[in-house]
Amino acid sequence: MSAHGHAAAAVSHEVGNTKLFVWVWIWLLLLTGVEIFLGYEQIEVHLMITMLVGLSLIKSALIVSYFMHLRFERLGLFLLLVPAMVFCICMMLIMFFPDSIRLMHMRPQ
Amino acid sequence: MSDTEFEGIVESPWSGGASPFAVNSKKLGMWLFIVSDSLTFSALLISYAYVRLSTPDWPREFEFYPAIVKSSIMTLILLSSSLTMVFAVNAAQEGKVSKAVKYLLATMGFGLAFVLIHATEWYTLIVQEHVTPWSNPFGTPLFGGTFFGLTGLHMLHVTIGVMYLGIICWGFNKGKWNSDHVEVSGLYWHFVDLVWMFIFPMVYLLSIKPR
Repeated sequence: MSAHGHAAAAVSHEVGNTKLFVWVWIWLLLLTGVEIFLGYEQIEVHLMITMLVGLSLIKSALIVSYFMHLRFERLGLFLLLVPAMVFCICMMLIMFFPDSIRLMHMRPQ
Repeated sequence: MSDTEFEGIVESPWSGGASPFAVNSKKLGMWLFIVSDSLTFSALLISYAYVRLSTPDWPREFEFYPAIVKSSIMTLILLSSSLTMVFAVNAAQEGKVSKAVKYLLATMGFGLAFVLIHATEWYTLIVQEHVTPWSNPFGTPLFGGTFFGLTGLHMLHVTIGVMYLGIICWGFNKGKWNSDHVEVSGLYWHFVDLVWMFIFPMVYLLSIKPR
């Protein structure tokens, strides 16, 4: 029984506390604020989309790691889920992006 | 969950073990669903990014108010709903049923607010500005098609999420289901939040009306 209590205490310690989650939330809001600020800057569209998606990737990493607890799960679960998904997304990018950039350069200046 | 619980069953979790990832089957199932749904949204967002980047005269018609203000408030609402969902899961795991139910109801309230604000925005676009998936007064029809396609699929996810949380909330309150169910529904909810973190900058911020 005491061992079980110990394990439960360890688990609740591991998955973080209120303060940590509020900090993650504040960071997510700050990054959103940066994105809105960037939206109003006059930046070339492909640089803009790269910066916005980069910031969103940081935000999604925060959500997955802390809100979805993946940081506190076994490494095996992370390896099962993330690398193959990232590979598929990279494949989609490789198929699409060179062409969108080619079309962009074909614009009349 | 510790390994010791499975010691009586198998020597190693990998030798046909009961739970190699040390998560229950519901949670593993939800994670696998989330991976497949991420790929669905990735495909849609990447094809959207393709047409957005390769269309020189893409309509940039989102005014500061209503579109950007509303979508920023919707982002705040979804992020806050994720926070209350985290608190609901923590309360459920500590066995505090009424606290968990309150946080679940708060999460559902945020979700509902999101859908309602989104609906008013759609109403403005469709009725006042005559934007449909097939045509719009600004230029390429792709603007309407991608906007309604992406935000519509996401709104469907939020709507289903609110119903899902409602069912879980009811069952958890009745003692029908345990905290694992609350946690798994939380995974889905956070995923819906995560998808919006891509739709908001890519769909709204890239179509801001230049000053």
